[in-house]
Amino acid sequence: MNNEPSATNTRQTRTIGRDLIGIGAIIIVAVVGYLLFPDNLALLTRIIAIALLVLSLDLVTGYCGIATLGHAALFGSGAYAAGIAAAHYGITSPLLMTLAGILGGALAGLICGVIILRAHGLPQLVLSISLIYLFHEFANKASSWTGGSDGLSGISPDPLFGRFEFDLWGQTAYVFGVVLLLAVFVLLRFLVRSPFGMLCRGIKEDPLRIMAMGASPKIALIKMYVISGAVAGVGGALNAISTQVVGLDSLSFTQSAEALVMLVLGGTGSLFGALMGTVVFMLFEDYVSAANPFHWLTMVGVLLIAVVLFAPKGLYGTAAGFIASRLEKHI
Amino acid sequence: MSAVLEVLNLKKAFSGLTVTDDVSLSMTPGDRVALIGPNGAGKTTFVNLVTGNLRPDSGEVRLNGEAVTKIDAIGRVRRGLVRSFQVTRLFQEMTPAEHIALAILQRDGRAGKMFGNFLSMPDVMDEASALLAKLGLHDLMHRKVSEIAYGQQRLLEIAMALALKPKVLLLDEPAAGVPQSDTGRIEQALADLPSDLAVLMIEHDMDLVFRFAKRVIVLAAGTIIFDGSPADVTKDAAVREAYLGSYANASHAV
Repeated sequence: MNNEPSATNTRQTRTIGRDLIGIGAIIIVAVVGYLLFPDNLALLTRIIAIALLVLSLDLVTGYCGIATLGHAALFGSGAYAAGIAAAHYGITSPLLMTLAGILGGALAGLICGVIILRAHGLPQLVLSISLIYLFHEFANKASSWTGGSDGLSGISPDPLFGRFEFDLWGQTAYVFGVVLLLAVFVLLRFLVRSPFGMLCRGIKEDPLRIMAMGASPKIALIKMYVISGAVAGVGGALNAISTQVVGLDSLSFTQSAEALVMLVLGGTGSLFGALMGTVVFMLFEDYVSAANPFHWLTMVGVLLIAVVLFAPKGLYGTAAGFIASRLEKHI
Repeated sequence: MSAVLEVLNLKKAFSGLTVTDDVSLSMTPGDRVALIGPNGAGKTTFVNLVTGNLRPDSGEVRLNGEAVTKIDAIGRVRRGLVRSFQVTRLFQEMTPAEHIALAILQRDGRAGKMFGNFLSMPDVMDEASALLAKLGLHDLMHRKVSEIAYGQQRLLEIAMALALKPKVLLLDEPAAGVPQSDTGRIEQALADLPSDLAVLMIEHDMDLVFRFAKRVIVLAAGTIIFDGSPADVTKDAAVREAYLGSYANASHAV
């Protein structure tokens, strides 16, 4: 009884410590990236945008156990919402465009969630694939709004706070992206350990048990889908703002599948895993596609098979498990 | 005292086979009732009809006088009808503290909160620690459930049900699968259940039934064949027939 407050406090200190380490790690990686690739900030900004998509996917797949191969629907909707706001309505403030992306993503999340959550397992996966094709086809056909297969152009965001231009060097977009990512990361850390986050972890393990506690798994999962949509929408808006164009590929099955691959590579059910998977996958892809344009996909395939076979919990999950077991031995 | 749970003329058939046949019972606060019966008597179906996991063909279930027959399982839990499971259904990756905190937060309508951590909610932590301490699980409260013994998991099931502050508690074989050495703790937990709680226990272990129950209901072939005191149940001819009949059939089948 008497050691209880201290044990509880230790656990709290530990999670706050991990938050600070996480924030520090993101800032350090961002600075190192800036120093190492000053001429390729566009790639780094794209990595951040995709990282937001993978974080968003982790919320529903990693934390709630929902199988989906159509998550780019949320990302692409956010990108188109931000792009359409700028190109058709003259809403060119980057912050308002981000807000449009959040709303667009959240709406797409609501629609996808309501439909996908009607099924479980394989049928759920098929529903998600159908949805991404429908979203893609809708964007393709509504070309007066979206530019169809030519992409949506004419997006010219205002300078951030009236001072920092979104120019060719991409410094503003990069810093803007890093700040967005940090903000999302902190909010999600709060979310995943809140009562709601705990409820979702329970649903992932045993939805019937959650029902026996008087809670509705479905309502919780739809809420999580909307939040996930908002997060993906931030990524989509960032992509629209930084590249000043939105293409149909942002709303594609390929993008959805790649996001899932990155999540599995990094490790599901952990925000750090989602971030790590995205960075490793996209840098590796960029590096090997430049080094060997003919066989790079083969190498990506080999990397993935190696990770799935030898580190089934993903890069972060395996590393964290290894460090934890070493620490335990020392104590 | 007015009935907290009433079951009236409940009937359920699966593709023509009647599994629950005109079952009625009534429980008041503080009741300790054991539901027994040979295998295939329809105990599980009956429990599922009461909890709302199955819809009856006819009949009615009332909680605190309110008809809940058309209300789903979640709604019945929120009205105070809570069950435990025959095979523990716990969240393997979560700690006992998280289980109890989640139950408390859900009970208070706070499980949807997206900010804050239960570890820093003193009211939740105090209640969870007190409940876990009462069941001897306090030292394990921050371990993962997958790391604690089965007997302790069974206690956690009971703790979780209690954290929901039920009015009626259905215990489905609370001691099933627990090694002999740990049954004492479970029996103690059952003896310590709140005195105003109505408890319906489904159990095979007759020793436990006799120690726990003040009233025994025997279900056979979907109907109640006995409803009375534990002392009378062994003397009842119909009960002996039902049990011996099933044993005779079983030995015949082997």
